[in-house]
Amino acid sequence: MSIQSLTMAKALNLGLQRAMADNPKVLMMGEDIGPLGGVFRVTEGLQEEFGVNRVLDTPLAESGIVGTAIGLAMRGYRPVCEIQFDGFIFPGFDQITSQLAKMTGRHEGSLSMPVVIRVPYGGHIGAVEHHQESPEAYFAHTAGLRVVSPATPHDGYWMIQEAIAGNDPVLFFEPKSRYWVKGEVDDAVSGAELHSSRVVRLGTDVTVVGHGAMLAVLLQAAEIAAEEGTSIEVIDLRSISPIDYEPILESVRKTGRLVLAQEAPGFVSVGSEIAATVTEQAFYSLEAPVLRVAGFDTPFPPAKLESVYLPDADRVLEAVDRALAY
Amino acid sequence: MSYTAATVQLLSPEGTLVTSDASEQYLPYIENLSDEQLREFYRQMALIRSFDVEAANLQRQGQLALWVPSLGQEAAQVGSGMAAKPQDHIFPAYREHVIARIRGIDPIKIIEMLRGISHGGWDPKKNNNFHLYTLVIGSQTLHATGYAMGIQFDGLTATGNPDKDEAVIVYFGDGATSQGDVSEALVFAASYQTPQVFFLQNNQWAISVPVTRQSRTPLYLRPSGFGIPGVQIDGNDVLASYAVTTANLDAARSGEGPRFIEALTYRIGAHTTSDDPSKYRDDADLARWVARDPIARFEKYLRGRGESDAFFAEVAEEGEDLSTDIRVRTVALQSPPESKIFDHVYSDPHPVIEAQHAWLKAYEAALEGGEA
Repeated sequence: MSIQSLTMAKALNLGLQRAMADNPKVLMMGEDIGPLGGVFRVTEGLQEEFGVNRVLDTPLAESGIVGTAIGLAMRGYRPVCEIQFDGFIFPGFDQITSQLAKMTGRHEGSLSMPVVIRVPYGGHIGAVEHHQESPEAYFAHTAGLRVVSPATPHDGYWMIQEAIAGNDPVLFFEPKSRYWVKGEVDDAVSGAELHSSRVVRLGTDVTVVGHGAMLAVLLQAAEIAAEEGTSIEVIDLRSISPIDYEPILESVRKTGRLVLAQEAPGFVSVGSEIAATVTEQAFYSLEAPVLRVAGFDTPFPPAKLESVYLPDADRVLEAVDRALAY
Repeated sequence: MSYTAATVQLLSPEGTLVTSDASEQYLPYIENLSDEQLREFYRQMALIRSFDVEAANLQRQGQLALWVPSLGQEAAQVGSGMAAKPQDHIFPAYREHVIARIRGIDPIKIIEMLRGISHGGWDPKKNNNFHLYTLVIGSQTLHATGYAMGIQFDGLTATGNPDKDEAVIVYFGDGATSQGDVSEALVFAASYQTPQVFFLQNNQWAISVPVTRQSRTPLYLRPSGFGIPGVQIDGNDVLASYAVTTANLDAARSGEGPRFIEALTYRIGAHTTSDDPSKYRDDADLARWVARDPIARFEKYLRGRGESDAFFAEVAEEGEDLSTDIRVRTVALQSPPESKIFDHVYSDPHPVIEAQHAWLKAYEAALEGGEA
């Protein structure tokens, strides 16, 4: 195989399979990840191939999953935990933020914490409460953690392997609405570092930035804008902590306008952080205020209202128009 | 909560050996202890009490932000700590100063945490597998369980070679038993049949809240609901602590799965030096437990066996020396370098940490330049 068309779920599955084959210390842990292959089938076939001691169908307890993963990492394992849904990560919040994130510092460097926590996140799937959230900002706010989110099957395949190969804890947010969409995966070349952002569509009038599921929306918006004569440059953030600012700053120096888009609420969010930093570092290049397009500052609504809650191409274009009006 | 017929006790508060139906099976574990081993039990208990008293004094003198005394819990800790083999892993809570010392941690490392110099910082691999203190109550029980799962996956239980088999012992208190993490640790331990001993020091107080608020049933009965055998011991009896922990660690190492020990003891001192126990507990209760003091009890036992005054005088002098040494070194401790803020936040290079560290250096250099 070199280049083939895969869904994100399958690409992640192959990435996990390759990581497990490459290193016998890599373990999978989570609820229903064994014979079922996870509720999204991302771990399908892995238990059959690697056995029950490497793909653990754990008891139903998120703090237990992360807390025991910490102990396994102390023992020299490289656990990859699956949190079944975004809204179920909070029972594990203490173990992630107070233990996992601080363990290397507490040990003054004698202990690494190579633990990856995979989180299917975000909306667009019509699911019940706690199943469509975007909690990435909580974790980006915690020193000691790294936070990434792939937007394409190719990045899914490579970024999961890079996250597992690193020596720090990584929160890995998988856009669940993209699990079933196919894209080209080149298994020979990654093409980007784990913590780099990347220009995915060139443009000259306005820069738009997003991660995960938002990328498809941004590309759609850019397509519509192009028909109307507006040239949008689209950047895939990929890494939420740390953020690779250089491609964003370079783009803003060219376009003078920046719109940030995310499914998460806008208040104290990834978009807020980027807006502040770009304002600090590219103030004289800006022709308009940096604008955010986000979920509302409300709980995620019942699914029949998700299309109103979640930013779509029209909401992105409304912000683009506002930016251009300056 | 107090002793019942189910409580394993080998040494009475009067310092005489006793047996009961509950304790009989553990006698073989103490029968072959040498005089030297018995003296070591006493020595470790007495020395840590000297250290403990000195550290509390240092706090009162403003040298430490806080002190966490272990007064009264020495027997539970020394007995169980001495029962662990070198290859075993010990996950403490934050009051197990004597076990730290037994495993080779310089007590100044504990002082450093409470003087605001470190968050622990020792390397368990270089300190006989004694892991760091954990201050979020009960969190360490899951780390210990995960570690024990790793031993299980490594195939290092029931190998046929007792020097190779490994186990984990994890310490926590009666307050911790109400934390979800402790219940989750019991679930995972039972599920994966980990080589692990849960060692509960029931010192009867979670700061100001009595154990009766944490549990309506004796706590050693709780693990049975998880499928884990539990036993209650007299936590002020160093021989019971040693014997029962040895038996349970042996079982864990030989592949019999997790075990649970409740050591019924009493926190003679405050929770920490910021606490005031006179506001919530009565003197009679305290007096009842002072009469069961673990060190006085063991001294009576040793004297009954003919131990000389000279030995006790020698230990007392060693305790004085330890206190003096700690006092001198505590006062001499320097603040850590500012780089400690940034070092080891991550294992791999991190651009934000590097940039902020560089910024701080430049900022301070500019300030110095401005003053010159």
